[in-house]
Amino acid sequence: MLIIPCPYCGPRPELEFSYGGQAHVTRPTAASNPSPAEWNAFQYERANLKGLHAERWRHIHGCARFFNVVRDTTTDEILRSYRSGEK
Amino acid sequence: MTSRFSGWSLLLGGLSGQRRWQQQWRAATPKRGYEAIIVGGGGHGLGAAYYLAKQHGIRNVAVLEKGWIGGGNTGRNTTIIRSNYLWDESAAIYEHALKLWEGLSSELNYNVMYSPRGVLMLAHNVHDEQVAKRHIHANYANGVDNEWLTPQQAKEYCPPLNISDNLRYPVLGGALQRRGGTARHDAVAWGYARAADALGVDIIENCEVTGIRRDANGEVTGVETNRGTIESRRIGVSAAGHSTVVMQMAGVRLPLESYPLQALVSEPIKPVMPCVVMSNSVHAYVSQSDKGELVIGASTDAYTSYTQRGALHVSMHTLEAICELFPAFRRLRMLRNWGGIVDVTPDRSPIIAKTPVPGLYVNCGWGTGGFKATPGAGHLLAWTMAHDAPHALNAAFTIERFRDGTLIDEAAAAAVNH
Repeated sequence: MLIIPCPYCGPRPELEFSYGGQAHVTRPTAASNPSPAEWNAFQYERANLKGLHAERWRHIHGCARFFNVVRDTTTDEILRSYRSGEK
Repeated sequence: MTSRFSGWSLLLGGLSGQRRWQQQWRAATPKRGYEAIIVGGGGHGLGAAYYLAKQHGIRNVAVLEKGWIGGGNTGRNTTIIRSNYLWDESAAIYEHALKLWEGLSSELNYNVMYSPRGVLMLAHNVHDEQVAKRHIHANYANGVDNEWLTPQQAKEYCPPLNISDNLRYPVLGGALQRRGGTARHDAVAWGYARAADALGVDIIENCEVTGIRRDANGEVTGVETNRGTIESRRIGVSAAGHSTVVMQMAGVRLPLESYPLQALVSEPIKPVMPCVVMSNSVHAYVSQSDKGELVIGASTDAYTSYTQRGALHVSMHTLEAICELFPAFRRLRMLRNWGGIVDVTPDRSPIIAKTPVPGLYVNCGWGTGGFKATPGAGHLLAWTMAHDAPHALNAAFTIERFRDGTLIDEAAAAAVNH
């Protein structure tokens, strides 16, 4: 089980969290009139990185807030976490 | 060259103290180039190489495996075979594989131990029952066997099953596919490897692809590996959890994410479990191997990873469900657990298709249920590579279906809530 450092509550066991997938995926705006390929990329295509992966987690059984984590997908080691909107 | 197995050869082998068996395939070293290259030496890739050689006369083929044959998901799954999928496209492709399973041992002259012992999928609530019956009706329309069992009938079919009303999630019945069952996973890889090798295919282990070469027109010209560059203008990628990693080398992005999926086995016991039992709602599936171990499948982890292990609480969850459904198993000790990396598509259906890169083909996205499809996937990847066009059975399983909105939504396909 991962120990996930919630930036608001501190380190907590993985069972308190839900996974939100790859971080920093930007939804195309309606004004940009996205093509089917752009919608496809936004909806379905993910980096699926083998290595350092920035991802969203939600502390659903805690503060209920979303935040970001950098995890190495080859070892599951978590390097750091940071709040939404931060880098 | 390996000799053919027969009753006579097995008897002679026994009389000579089992000392005269030969190596089953050559340890090939890479040639300069091949007519076709398969990346990934699992059951699917080896099957593709075999069918390229056997059915399409393309024998100058190499299978490149970064580890060893049978060391990836082929040796890590729970060996369950069934074809009772909901949608027409899925039923057709999985039924194609099931029909190949039925004749595979004699086709390969290698005992893959296909055992149609029945796959029983339990229902624990009204919704489960409705979904199961919808599948049964859809399967009936597609000529796929699947039938409804009452709790008493399920108990007769699988005596260790607990059908008491006192369970937190009592058994309300189940859908049984009698032609479903299990096979010996290693034997499938070994059988395809041996048969492909006998037709001239080079099986190259410890050969990791590190790049895909393309010419000025964008067409593939070969692969770079840790054992040098190997030329080919026809490359099929069948790399399961590493599909996105390999395809990224050619600039192709896929709608896949890779998750660890766990399995575990118990200590071996006398035959007790006559069939495969799966339960979606409580998340459990279990069968018994011919060695006597209970083979148990757990869930995927919540997050993407390449670690091939998976979290302990995930297997604990499944064991709790198994102990409730099968009280007799409570005293069993688990011998070992492990994980495989599965490549999951958003609609839980596979991709076997041409790619935007000429000469590059892909077989991926089988997610949590690829073993059952092994012969069918190999056969269809070979067809697609040989004809540079899909077979009718895999024509719908494209990459573009996600862009075009023609999903084949088998989100319940795994029968468990992966």
